[in-house]
Amino acid sequence: MFIEQLSIFLENRPGKLKGIADALKEKNINIISLGLSDTTDYGIARMIVSDSARAKQVLLEKGYTAVLTPVLVVELQQEVGALSQILDTLSTKGLNLEYMYALVTGKEGGAMVVKTSDQARTYQTLKDAGMKMFSEEELNELKK
Amino acid sequence: MIWAKEETLSREEIKEIQTARLRETVERVYHTVEPYRKKMDEAGLKPEDIRGLEDLHNLPFTTKQDMRDNYPFGLFAVPKKDLIRIHASSGTTGKPTVVGYTRKDLDVWSECVCRIACMGGAQPDEIAQICFGYGMFTGALGLHYGLERLGAAIVPSSTGNTEKQLMFMKDFGTTLLIATPSYALRIAEVAEQMGIHPQCDLSMRTALVGSELMTEAMRQEMYKAWGDHMNITQNYGMSELMGPGVSGECLELNGMHINEDHFIPEIIDPRTGEVLPPGEKGELVITCISKEALPLIRYRTKDITRLMYEPCKCGRTTVRMENLLGRTDDMLKIRGVNVFPSQIEEVLLGIEECGPHYEIVVDRKNHSDTLEIRVEVLSDYMMDSYAALQELEKKIKSKIRVVLGLDIKVSLVSPNSIQRFEGKAKRVIDLRKN
Repeated sequence: MFIEQLSIFLENRPGKLKGIADALKEKNINIISLGLSDTTDYGIARMIVSDSARAKQVLLEKGYTAVLTPVLVVELQQEVGALSQILDTLSTKGLNLEYMYALVTGKEGGAMVVKTSDQARTYQTLKDAGMKMFSEEELNELKK
Repeated sequence: MIWAKEETLSREEIKEIQTARLRETVERVYHTVEPYRKKMDEAGLKPEDIRGLEDLHNLPFTTKQDMRDNYPFGLFAVPKKDLIRIHASSGTTGKPTVVGYTRKDLDVWSECVCRIACMGGAQPDEIAQICFGYGMFTGALGLHYGLERLGAAIVPSSTGNTEKQLMFMKDFGTTLLIATPSYALRIAEVAEQMGIHPQCDLSMRTALVGSELMTEAMRQEMYKAWGDHMNITQNYGMSELMGPGVSGECLELNGMHINEDHFIPEIIDPRTGEVLPPGEKGELVITCISKEALPLIRYRTKDITRLMYEPCKCGRTTVRMENLLGRTDDMLKIRGVNVFPSQIEEVLLGIEECGPHYEIVVDRKNHSDTLEIRVEVLSDYMMDSYAALQELEKKIKSKIRVVLGLDIKVSLVSPNSIQRFEGKAKRVIDLRKN
């Protein structure tokens, strides 16, 4: 159900993100999805990777600050209104979205990485609404 | 342990020693140091006009500029053949200030440092690791000789190669640490990275820190890093006066006891030069009364403090100087406001989510000074939330505004991204052009 997302605090300077990508490449860790937004001085790079615990260790050793946060990865059909439906489900239960970014699962569709103010209730709500959430094993299958 | 009987004399006895030594020193410098004779002649003073402590305020001041003007040996009161050691200050601008010692000077120096080590809780059986840079700087050799006199086993490891420093600490069972506060924290940080827990895996029990200011907040960081069981004291000195050994904190942690049989302190108004009444805050002026090679008269330290003559619980009767808020040399003027970097440090260390590593960048934009604080974020949970990071930024800004009355820029940076120091930390970057 919950997926361990890797969050890395990084200063907004050329080459910073590349350093992270290189460090993970070196250890053969796959970046499945990445969410990044623009700020002035610093940013948080959030990613779903193939081995989050090891990725965290690798980055810590390289001097980065990385933490793991549990997030949900909800399936999103490639059709009109799919996102609306997820958001509707959450908002009717009063769940506030903190952030969300896309994750590509294949040609046919995708998924949304979701973090809200109350992850446990979000999980229950989405599950009750019959929405599919990816497990870690399923995500790791994607790259094959 | 109180090392010397001179630390527990009555006020009258101290004054008696000071009077005799002051008269002797003034007499000597008048006859042997040309620049002093000139200054005294200009002031219309003869050595016999200085009969006691009450006449001290009539003597002209000595400043760092006097030392530069007389570079290298112009203020020395002995011929070169009597010197057995020469040190020099780092002197970031202009010529370094050069100081010399006779055999007796080194003896007094060792004695003064030994007393200060005892004040800070050092024992004769210590294994003392000196993590100050050896060389022209007076810190390392000053502590070296003082602790040797105490009977400690010295590990002169100097600065650098922190992993090896830690190996020695662990394998030798080092009990006493000598370092700048910033290097002491760095050592603890590297220890953690190496899997060494300073409190469980090392035998450290005492730290004598110096050469840079330790704020109370920094002392708390030291306890956190090295353990609450530690005796952590700071001491005061400057190469011009002798090096370390002018004064030091006792375990009561309520100011630094001055070695008054060797140094006479005064507090003056830095603008007018007037001597201020006991207990008032002002610039510390020191007269060296037992030095042979370089007996400075009324040396202006540029340090702001006050003197406390009340008896100390530790049993010493020597006057204490209050711990410094900052050195005047370090003071920044930002949009007309006097700012000591230590004030910023106190604020930062009082906030749990940021670490002891920071940098202050001062610049001038559109004819107005700007102050930016770059500080490492410590807290893990913040790393996934812009809201929490912004909250932290706001918190730092508002606390600084309360303390300094200034609006500043705060930049949060990732852990381990700010430079670490092995000697004196250089945390201020001033980009202003005159």
